Amino acid sequence: MSRPQSWVPTDPRSVPTREHVLSGLHGTDEGGAELVQLLTPEGQRVSDDRFGSWAADVGREELQGFYRDMVLVRRIDREGNALQRQGQLGIWVPLLGQEAAQVGAGRAATPRDMIFPSYREHGVAWCRGIDPTDLLGIFRGTDHGSWDPIAARFHLYTIVIGNQCLNATGYAMGQKFEGKVGDGPDAEATMCFFGDGATSQGDVHEGFVWAAAYDAPVVFYCQNNQWAISVPLERQTRVPLFQRARGYGFPGVRVDGNDVLACLAVTRWALEECRTGNGPVLIEAFTYRMDAHTTSDDPSRYRLADELELWKLKDPIERVRVNLVREHGVQQDFFDGVQAESDELAARFRAFCLAMPDPGPDRMFSEVYAELSPQLEAQKQAYLEYHASFETEGSLAGPRIGGV
Amino acid sequence: MTTMTLAKALNSGLRAAMELDPKVLVMGEDVGKLGGVFRVTDGLAKDFGEQRVLDTPLSESGIIGTAVGLAIRGFRPVCEIQFDGFVFPGYDQIVSQLAKVRFRSQGRVPMPVVVRIPFGGGIGAVEHHSESPESLFAHVAGLKVVACSNPDDAHWMIRQAIASDDPVIFFEPKRRYWEKGEVSETEPAPLFSSRVVRSGADVTVACYGPLVKTCLEAAAAAEAEGTDVEVIDLRSLSPLDLGPVFSSVRRTGRLVVVSEAPSEASVTSEVAARVQEECFHSLEAPVLRVTGFDTPYPPSKCEDDYLPDLDRVLDGVDRALGW
Repeated sequence: MSRPQSWVPTDPRSVPTREHVLSGLHGTDEGGAELVQLLTPEGQRVSDDRFGSWAADVGREELQGFYRDMVLVRRIDREGNALQRQGQLGIWVPLLGQEAAQVGAGRAATPRDMIFPSYREHGVAWCRGIDPTDLLGIFRGTDHGSWDPIAARFHLYTIVIGNQCLNATGYAMGQKFEGKVGDGPDAEATMCFFGDGATSQGDVHEGFVWAAAYDAPVVFYCQNNQWAISVPLERQTRVPLFQRARGYGFPGVRVDGNDVLACLAVTRWALEECRTGNGPVLIEAFTYRMDAHTTSDDPSRYRLADELELWKLKDPIERVRVNLVREHGVQQDFFDGVQAESDELAARFRAFCLAMPDPGPDRMFSEVYAELSPQLEAQKQAYLEYHASFETEGSLAGPRIGGV
Repeated sequence: MTTMTLAKALNSGLRAAMELDPKVLVMGEDVGKLGGVFRVTDGLAKDFGEQRVLDTPLSESGIIGTAVGLAIRGFRPVCEIQFDGFVFPGYDQIVSQLAKVRFRSQGRVPMPVVVRIPFGGGIGAVEHHSESPESLFAHVAGLKVVACSNPDDAHWMIRQAIASDDPVIFFEPKRRYWEKGEVSETEPAPLFSSRVVRSGADVTVACYGPLVKTCLEAAAAAEAEGTDVEVIDLRSLSPLDLGPVFSSVRRTGRLVVVSEAPSEASVTSEVAARVQEECFHSLEAPVLRVTGFDTPYPPSKCEDDYLPDLDRVLDGVDRALGW
């Protein structure tokens, strides 16, 4: 490649050219000095002096496990898309292409670690043991998240972009205040997921500032999928995102987000740094959103199909399959088995979705407060009586609704 | 009974809550070594340490956003916003997270967070230091909003707010911080309740925060002219506890609602709407309001014109009587 390496602001008088900016943001098609990679797009396992040891224990069996994770997660994702197209979900948020970024990070966390997702982290949810059917309520409109975030150590999806970076930082501050940072066996860390678009939000910057000020054990895990709906990365930043960490006083690492091993290794390192008191850390997982932002989006209006074709060559699942075949001699029956399992999972996912009951009218009054006010209690009772009047009297007459 | 200033009463309330529960944290700008710009948190950092009294970075979204995270972890943060007009960078976290995490999680993740906000004018301050934004919070489902008016309530309401498992936006009348009053040995009333602070037969005046004192002074002046004014301190702005207002209006037939905040789409609008729903046949006059104007808070040389004072309250009382 003849592209210049990305611009590093060592000389305060220097200014990046547009070529520098774009090469820093996009110039990693083939790796490069700044991109941590342990598995090439062609499926070849490669070494990395700094992070290789963090995945040294990953052999055939573990790699098969990650392959299975990614195939199942992708199958659920495609089924979610299909369910939306068939009118069963109001919307679906696809993760297609980001399976390695999510499974690598998700599998790096221990059950003690806490995770704050954005809203595309179906793969991380999978790694936390959240049943995929628990994701459906959000997109079908029956609830805002149905898992127990405390028990799963996986917070509910946060839809307002960037809010969770401060919530995660606060949680990590709490871990530190409780003495859970150090060399002990009960050490914990927090990981926060967000996207490249979120890096323009104040809450993300404030999260960086606060985490640094309190040495909070939080890994900021940015999945740079290149697009914030229709807006490309260069509208969000002049420098590669991982370089921003330097300005806040903590390390930033760019990892090949389509390489599950590299994501695992870098995240294991980062979480351990945080657990032992060297947090925070920023990880930029360099990846690509291969599908639309959501099922309501139409990427053909803002990006070329060529770009997608280029990224298909770097598919996160295919490179693991190739590696399993070539370097571990894995036979076809394994892949057939995973395929069959994914079909079964998708069928269960679909059947669950179709059978989901609508919540009753009392759902909206539930758990607004620990202590429901007499005013809200009266609103609830009046509406439930009004609602019931249609069933008992079959007429529009009923108690008044709204204010009490 | 002990006599102390409203600021000191808050301080002793915070201290009591921190002694009672090690999960209670105080956090905000300058709340540690300095003791807060109004000295409400004076001495707490020294006695409880900087892991329980956090001098935070200067970012309100950060204060609320990390408090939400700390609450998820099981802490009970008490946030201080330095001035009313500075809360808005944190408004997103208050509305999008603090108010909704409990509902979103169907009760699995409570949000026992208190946000203390000194509010109101009358101290001759520059812009953004004299506002009354309580209606912007009362409108948000998932939040509870209270305002104290005297040292006794300040002490007990802050303790009750900290003990509540719901997020409470706690408004403190900044121009009354230095006024003294007695603080009871036991809690005088439940948190989310209003209270008749002066009984009267002719007109009901409902008010809260810094204007309770103004309204009591107006009632004393009216008495000299032969008008018997009942004054109700609303105390809880969301939920509103309007039972005492309804029974008062059923006796007096007349209501004046008083607040420093602009009147449009406000707590005073809500009181007026609900009183006409509940007391329609008892009303001898329309519900009147004496409030700040629907303008931005003015330069301080205009604030005596902006703020409802004794005369404007009396004018409202006279208009209600003369209808």
